[in-house]
Amino acid sequence: MGGGIRKLGSVAIDVVWQLGFIARFFWLILVYSGQSFTRLNLTIRELYFSGVLSLLIILVSGLFVGLVLGLQGYEILQRYGSSDSMGTMVALSLLRELGPVVAGLLFASRAGSAVTAEIGLMKVTEQLKAMDMMAVSPIARVVAPRFWGGVISMPLLAAMFSTMGIFGGWLIGVVFIGIDDGAFWSQMQAAVDFRYDVLNGVIKSCAFGVAVSLIAVFQGYDCVPTAEGVSRAITRTVVSSALAILALDFVMTSFMFRGL
Amino acid sequence: MSRTTLDLWVGIFVAMGIAALLFLALKVGSISGAEIRSPYTLTAHFDNIGGLKARAPVKSAGVLVGRVEQIRYDNERFQAEVVFTVDGRYKFPVDTFANILTSGLLGEQYLGLEPGGEEKTLAPGETIKKTQSAVVLEKLISQFMFDKAAEGEPAPAK
Repeated sequence: MGGGIRKLGSVAIDVVWQLGFIARFFWLILVYSGQSFTRLNLTIRELYFSGVLSLLIILVSGLFVGLVLGLQGYEILQRYGSSDSMGTMVALSLLRELGPVVAGLLFASRAGSAVTAEIGLMKVTEQLKAMDMMAVSPIARVVAPRFWGGVISMPLLAAMFSTMGIFGGWLIGVVFIGIDDGAFWSQMQAAVDFRYDVLNGVIKSCAFGVAVSLIAVFQGYDCVPTAEGVSRAITRTVVSSALAILALDFVMTSFMFRGL
Repeated sequence: MSRTTLDLWVGIFVAMGIAALLFLALKVGSISGAEIRSPYTLTAHFDNIGGLKARAPVKSAGVLVGRVEQIRYDNERFQAEVVFTVDGRYKFPVDTFANILTSGLLGEQYLGLEPGGEEKTLAPGETIKKTQSAVVLEKLISQFMFDKAAEGEPAPAK
């Protein structure tokens, strides 16, 4: 009995300690951001690695998600004789949920894991310590550019994902099935509100960008400096990013889209 | 990789992202189309609002002219009080008729305004006096059934 309660206490202390560590780490990143922005080419390099190199997977997945949404949406909507509103269905489901969430999950596994591996390996080979010895802050030189690279590229990637998805839906609906082109776009435009749907989706993707990037750089920085430790840190990045994205998505959806 | 190619790719990436955002804002959601400018509020009382919701469109002659802001229950009149905004560019006569209509058979409900013939127009904050409630399908059917049943019976003796 006493052992169980003691164990609960130690778990709680560990969790609180970890949360405090992440919060202080986040604060440090923000403090050192100014210093790292003075060397902007570091951030641009990370923007290339996490943004440009994720383009292919994001665009192709977006297209396929849109194609599937088109087929499934038509299958259901034509039962009610309202296949014209397929554009609305595809656009709303992508802008509000699928765009930010699926792009976030892909981004976490494509770019987040790479960032964790890179920083973890730097820790294993004691490059971070060497930087510290030379009075170069590893947070300003290594962590902050990777963090901002992720934060900037995530909303852009999510927007591209949604755009590709809508194009996929259009391809299935208008080109293959033969829904009227005008009805597809005009119904979509009538139903999609810029502030309510588009902007809320962008806010979501920004929040996911911060969450994924923070988790990725933290897990890399915090990993046990062995080969096994790095591999565990990468696994933790992908798992906790996915959980964070889905949980945050639920919380934000319940605040943003209550149907009034 | 050299600095210039890196810059080029990042530039392409950011430009594509911004283009996608613009596409979503302009082509998918109409940022400019159905905007309501300098709105003023009007109020109307209804016996029954049916399924009218806040944010429902307010239309006149089928054109969107405003949105429903708030729906309250007025405990003094035992009626629903609907507060809605109308685009400042449009003025309606004081004898305007407010209906709750449905777009299509199963579509969403909206507030329809039918302008009357008066010269004077409604000032901001005023109340529309002539209203017609939402059509409740159950009532309509039961009325129809009642009428049918009454038709079949012989006229009641006086």
